[in-house]
Amino acid sequence: MSIIIFSILFITGFYFFSKNILQVRSNILLGKEINRTDNSSERWKTMILVALGQKKMFTRPIPALLHLCLYAAFIITQIELVEIFTDGFTNSHRFFKPFLDGFYTFMISFIEILSILALIGTIAFLSRRNLLKLPRLNMKELAGWPKNDANLILLMEIVLVTFIFTMNGADEAILNLKGSSYDFAVSSHLANLLFGGFEEHTLHVFEQIGWWGHLIMVFTFLNYLPYSKHFHIVLAFPNTYYSNLEKKGKFTNLASVTEEVKKMMDPSIDSFATTGNEGDVPSRFGAKDITDLTWKNLLDAYTCTECGRCTSSCPANQTGKLLSPRKIMMDTRDRMVEIREGIRKNGKDFTDGKSLLGDYITEEEIWACTSCNACVQECPVNIDPLSIIVDLRRYLVMEESKMPTELTGMLTNIENNGAPWQFSPSDRGNWINE
Amino acid sequence: MSTEFKVSTMAEMMANGETPDILFWVGCSGSFDDRAKKITKAVAKILHHCNVKFAVLGAEESCTGDPAKRAGNEFTFQMQAMMNIQVLDAYEVKKIVTACPHCFNTLKNEYPELGGNYEVIHHTQLIQDLINQGKLGLEGSQTYKGKKITFHDPCYLGRANDVYEAPRALIEKLDAELIEMKRCKTTGLCCGAGGAQMFKEAEKGNKEINIERTEDALETNATIIATGCPFCNTMMTDGVKNFNKEHDIQVLDVAELIANAADL
Repeated sequence: MSIIIFSILFITGFYFFSKNILQVRSNILLGKEINRTDNSSERWKTMILVALGQKKMFTRPIPALLHLCLYAAFIITQIELVEIFTDGFTNSHRFFKPFLDGFYTFMISFIEILSILALIGTIAFLSRRNLLKLPRLNMKELAGWPKNDANLILLMEIVLVTFIFTMNGADEAILNLKGSSYDFAVSSHLANLLFGGFEEHTLHVFEQIGWWGHLIMVFTFLNYLPYSKHFHIVLAFPNTYYSNLEKKGKFTNLASVTEEVKKMMDPSIDSFATTGNEGDVPSRFGAKDITDLTWKNLLDAYTCTECGRCTSSCPANQTGKLLSPRKIMMDTRDRMVEIREGIRKNGKDFTDGKSLLGDYITEEEIWACTSCNACVQECPVNIDPLSIIVDLRRYLVMEESKMPTELTGMLTNIENNGAPWQFSPSDRGNWINE
Repeated sequence: MSTEFKVSTMAEMMANGETPDILFWVGCSGSFDDRAKKITKAVAKILHHCNVKFAVLGAEESCTGDPAKRAGNEFTFQMQAMMNIQVLDAYEVKKIVTACPHCFNTLKNEYPELGGNYEVIHHTQLIQDLINQGKLGLEGSQTYKGKKITFHDPCYLGRANDVYEAPRALIEKLDAELIEMKRCKTTGLCCGAGGAQMFKEAEKGNKEINIERTEDALETNATIIATGCPFCNTMMTDGVKNFNKEHDIQVLDVAELIANAADL
């Protein structure tokens, strides 16, 4: 009977997770093509250092250590999860123990110690958000769902750890009744502390609550992820693999513009000749909506865990301007989900008259950016908010000719006299004789 | 004060059948801004002193297009880039040095895809090379000995291109005390001028970015704020004035520090 219930849980859990993943993938592919498959050795290296090794987290040591506790516990606990799955399918109890023996005790003890550290980390994280009220975790863009999402994830982790210890503690107490012990580092103490004095039958119930509870939490967690900022635990890996490997100062050159400029500069090219096929829709310069961004921008948005390191290092944000790089990423994700919902309900050609620029991100925000790359540098999972900001600017300037008036003047100067100020090119060498 | 030596343009060199080893890309600030011209002269003096055969483009130089690109006008940027590439290629330029990190970044990273391939270095990198080659000696210079100097990382030199050490190595050659600001190198705070902000008023906020950055510099108690970018220089100079500290604190480019120390 329990095998059947387990199998149903297992299959539904993974079925919906796969469905969600495919959905997310198709959302990301709403973005435009960009080649990020070159130089795979460098890409693997970046992923191993930045995602697996969490290299960039350690510029802020305290949260990095706390995060490492949760991360290590999460990774190592997967070993125990494999056993839980095996036990579920075979209706056995601690399937690996006879094979591993002493090593088994060591392994579970290790998991238990990490789980305690994770618990401490989780409580510290909850305190940082809700008691200490760290500025970057309490900004206005986090009001409502993002704040609840963050707390919910942390509470789920506490529940998860509680189930693990209920399972192991009760199991240990049962063995103690028989005059034996697993000798697990934490639960051998919990057995006396919490589960001493219960009858064997009651302990079995506790053990089962722990086992099933743990399992249900795992599947809940798995299926909650694609709706949560916490999705970074999965997407950090592909996102760092597909990182921008160029120097941060290098902005993309728009190929469509290059073609136009070459035509203008080469009189032998007939500028009225059409090169494209009939019916080709000329693509927009820059980005107005998420479909004008690249798939990497959209992957970035799904990967963002809203930690706010970008925003707390942004010079514009620190001096009270509206711009927040984190909000740029959150808006991109929200708009992507909105478009997908629309497509799901109304079909492929759905439009709602809204756009990322205007309805989510205002012009004031994007003009406050100094392109200093602090946000890009800070992101622990190599998200690039700057490339979205630049693409939005490109749309405004090249498609709508909308920009702060001083910039219109600056651009006119460059076009007329080859300098952003009104000076004559013939005066360029004046410094030599002054 | 004019330079006491002749600075040749590429056109003049070509007319004399000569080829310079390096092109000095002066940039718009370095050409037109009175404060930045002093930095330009300091670089020229160092190059001359070290017998580097260099030339400038003079009237044939034009904006790299950096502010247009950062402002989102890819057309203006690419027009500028293509025209500059035509000029640079006509003179068969191989190597470029510039004292502006914005020009440096654009020439180095964004021109190659448009057909302009040159070896581009920042002036602090070139000066470091010259010192390492023994062409420029600062031994025994007392000018900045023991002085407290802090270095403000230009975003387009530091984070954008990972050049952090060259300017610092030069300050250390001065026998000065280099004091880092709390935010430096990868975490350095922008001066507020990048991304075409130099040419517009800031958006509404509660503070100017250059004031925030100047506070970082003041905290170090340094008497000299060194920079490696003409825009940063303007922003930090304004910041220092804002605190009425212009008589106590100098804002100088690393090239000026070196030229002064070498008594050029």
